[in-house]
Amino acid sequence: MFIVEAPVEKVIELDNQIFLLKIHCPEITRSIKPGQFVNVRVSETIYPLLRRPFSVCDVEGEYFYLMFNVFGEGTKILASKHFGDTVDILGPLGNGFNFNDDYETAIIVAGGLGAAPFPYLIREIGNDKNVLSFIGGKTYRDVITHGMKNITMATDDGSLGFKGNVIDLLNENIEVLNKSKIKIFACGPNAMLRALKDFSIKNNFECEASTECAMACGFGICQGCPIESTKNSEKYLLVCKDGPVFNVRDVII
Amino acid sequence: MNNIDLSVQVGSLKFRNPILLASGTVGYGNEMSEFLDLNKIGGIVTKSLSLKPRKGNPPQRIVETPSGMLNAIGLANVGVEVFLKEKIPFLKKYDVPLICNIAASSVEEYVECTRILTEEETIKAFEINVSCPNVKEGGLQFGNDINAVGKITEKVKAVTNKPVIIKLSPNVSYISDFAKVVKEEGGDAVSAINTLVGTAFDIYTRKPKIKNVTGGLSGPAIKPVALAKVLEIRQKVKIPIIGIGGIMNWKDIIEFMIAGSSAIQIGTLNFINPAAAIEMLKSLEQYCVANKIENISQLTGSYRI
Repeated sequence: MFIVEAPVEKVIELDNQIFLLKIHCPEITRSIKPGQFVNVRVSETIYPLLRRPFSVCDVEGEYFYLMFNVFGEGTKILASKHFGDTVDILGPLGNGFNFNDDYETAIIVAGGLGAAPFPYLIREIGNDKNVLSFIGGKTYRDVITHGMKNITMATDDGSLGFKGNVIDLLNENIEVLNKSKIKIFACGPNAMLRALKDFSIKNNFECEASTECAMACGFGICQGCPIESTKNSEKYLLVCKDGPVFNVRDVII
Repeated sequence: MNNIDLSVQVGSLKFRNPILLASGTVGYGNEMSEFLDLNKIGGIVTKSLSLKPRKGNPPQRIVETPSGMLNAIGLANVGVEVFLKEKIPFLKKYDVPLICNIAASSVEEYVECTRILTEEETIKAFEINVSCPNVKEGGLQFGNDINAVGKITEKVKAVTNKPVIIKLSPNVSYISDFAKVVKEEGGDAVSAINTLVGTAFDIYTRKPKIKNVTGGLSGPAIKPVALAKVLEIRQKVKIPIIGIGGIMNWKDIIEFMIAGSSAIQIGTLNFINPAAAIEMLKSLEQYCVANKIENISQLTGSYRI
């Protein structure tokens, strides 16, 4: 773990008010794995006070990217960063995806900003496996395809791609999924992850999900981010330290 | 610069500098050791320990508020037995005073925890978290009940020779009345303050932003309140005070000492910058040099009102 005052290279605005922040930070890029995260202090002021956790979106050499939308004070400040500014990065944090297991096709399932960790995962999987991406959103504005491969889309209102949620979309494509040995990698709203867990169990698919929870520190001391374990009901797991990526069978989302 | 003495005394406890790491913001030391040299810290206060492990509250446990944060962790901890078996061996490697914070749901549990832990030589003192619900009194916090605070102090002191520090709640009319009882019952020092009760709502769902509805407010938002409470105790009761509440930089430490603190604790800041405690030591020294202070403890209660 490092705490680094890292220079901002640039802020890129994608469609639909989604931003990419490009940061020069070899301390992080040297060791970070897809699905791990960093905790970002956007300014030295006391408002906003806490760091903001972000999955690492992508890595290129000594640069890494964060993906975010402007949601509150912290992300507003991040979106206004320019070349020459710095951000205070704490990381790498948590456990990433296990993408080197024995499977043939990686199935990416992303809902809304849950797209964030996948450009890096897809880059790291490279040509070792097939990749199919299933991306959902409420409307066309919420569908983020940046860095994705072999994309199929779903929107709740039908404004883009399949009309329905991303689990409906997976069910529509069940024959494709059954063609090879797959492993699902997911990130998105809890409702989506819950449904995906049921879907994975029903169809006997391996599935890892990146979860989210409000947290203060990101490295296990604040105890702010509990998640219920299926193996031990006496003790919570922590999203920051035991996750954020979990085998969906190990947690109650 | 070498002749500046940063060491402080809190009753019979001596610390190499006034900076302690507050309970619940340093775990049991191991995570923090990745960011700072624990041997350079004044002292560590463990996460609250109860007799048996506690699972804690369901999420959401934390929410940020303007210049502060609310938490309702629910005293999640490993319990006394696991602490002694699994956490103490790591802490033994360091030459840093270890203060055990104790939480309980009955007076008997406070006593039992202390009785067990006092045998462990690595533990130098106890800090009693009285901001816990008293199960026998329908969940009223011990810390709001002056008789309960007195009784806990008396009973805990009876089972240990080590210093006992009572961590006072600010959610009372006159905190100095509680400090007075602690002194009368033989308590060695007080920590002031624990968090302030607060809440926050989501205006769209109209639901509380934390599952427990209310939580403890910490961070720079509470610093002026904490300073006033420290001052009140200092002016009314002769008992050593460990100042806590929203310390974000070395100037805040000086301010807490001027108001009457013998030492201080850093809390919420550890979440934001876990190396902060070490970074401030140099500035404290420089302040002392510039202001011709040989021992930083001269600052304690040096206000000019």
